Amino acid sequence: MNKLSLIGLLSLVIRRDFVLAMRRRADVLTTLIFFVIVVSLFPLGVGPETDMLRKMAPGVVWVAALLASMLSLGRMFSADYLDGTLEQMMLVPQSLSVLVLAKILAHWMVSGLPLVIMAPVLGLQFDMSAQALWVLIAALFLGTPILSMIGAVGAALTLGLRGGGALVSLLVLPLCIPVLIFGAGAVEAVVSGTSVGSHLSLLGALLVMALVFTPWLTALALRISVE
Amino acid sequence: MAINWFKYSSPSTFYRVAGKMVPWFAGSAAVLFVVGLYIGFFVAPTDIQQSEAYRIMFIHVPASILSMFIYLVMASYAALGLIFNTRLSSMMASALAPTGALLAFLSLWTGALWGKPMWGAWWVWDARLTSELILLFLYLGFIALHASIDDPRRADRASALLAIIGSVNVPIIYFSVQWWNTLHQGATVKFTGTSMHVTMQQGMYTMMLAVWLYAIAVSLLRVRCIILERECKAQWISELVEIRR
Repeated sequence: MNKLSLIGLLSLVIRRDFVLAMRRRADVLTTLIFFVIVVSLFPLGVGPETDMLRKMAPGVVWVAALLASMLSLGRMFSADYLDGTLEQMMLVPQSLSVLVLAKILAHWMVSGLPLVIMAPVLGLQFDMSAQALWVLIAALFLGTPILSMIGAVGAALTLGLRGGGALVSLLVLPLCIPVLIFGAGAVEAVVSGTSVGSHLSLLGALLVMALVFTPWLTALALRISVE
Repeated sequence: MAINWFKYSSPSTFYRVAGKMVPWFAGSAAVLFVVGLYIGFFVAPTDIQQSEAYRIMFIHVPASILSMFIYLVMASYAALGLIFNTRLSSMMASALAPTGALLAFLSLWTGALWGKPMWGAWWVWDARLTSELILLFLYLGFIALHASIDDPRRADRASALLAIIGSVNVPIIYFSVQWWNTLHQGATVKFTGTSMHVTMQQGMYTMMLAVWLYAIAVSLLRVRCIILERECKAQWISELVEIRR
């Protein structure tokens, strides 16, 4: 049997997870609908004044995206863990980190990317300007993969535990605070007319750092959880 | 003469050593508490700007500093446990966590009590307050993860990884919160660079030392309990005097 290259493994796992997610479209849609509902609840809670809504839009969208990404974390490894696929995956001769990276990317494509695409529509509800909407998309595009990556570590640590869903939020949410600050900050910067570049650069730096460390940490956490 | 450190990393040896050390640390902590509080409340002069309310700093400052320092110590013990697979290091990490969380909470609580008369608000979204709050969340996450895993070895290693990730994240969180605050507005509240009175300094250092010794005493006491719990089937425990009685 010839050995799969790393790129081959990466694309194979991404394709597999993507197909599995598409077989259960309801799960993917639930996260998206949750995101839409949470964002729509805010105007009902605080009142319909356009000025205030415009001001709080970036924060609301970002917090809702953060919560929505927590919601789907449980699915990242649990199905594979329950049917034993994960153990087989850990036995492959290739690096587990690369395999985990593929799973994270697949998870982002089905849970993070829809949020990025949906966000401008919700932004319109909050009367955001076109320029602010573009920055919001860019920031979410850079930021949501980080949420998936940090979340993957939490999901791997809490694998198979009772009350895993609430626990993973408790572990992961504090670690996501920098993403929230720079992501919402970028949109606020464009609204107030200051430089957007610094926020987006910092977000990009966080993304690169997460890309380097989190697959490895997740692999370590998986080895601790599955023994 | 070289000391064999691994001798002390065995729970049975350390249990006895810790038992001998606890009264000393607890006793000196109690003495220093009394001295420090006396200096703080009766000797130190009244502040011109803040009048009597500043005296809460004798508890607030040591609690804040120790809560941050204990997180680092906890993460180092957790890392030791993960790298060398020493049981005692992981036990120390889980023994330190509640004390650290308590001090972080105390620091927030006393800060709120001080903030009300000084700033006119219990809570201000100041960079330092926010990062202290996040530190409390990190402690709670560590404790919650450790508590929800039944197998103690897995609990130790999983929460060790979390503590290490947290300690790497602490500076990132700290600076991001600081930038977030300064981007919105200049810092509204700041300590002006007035130099402290000598007795105030003495009181604060005494209290700092007292809290430090208290933290050591309580953690050693707690690690003794954890050792007893985890090793309850071991031979040496059944031979202990306090167990036989």
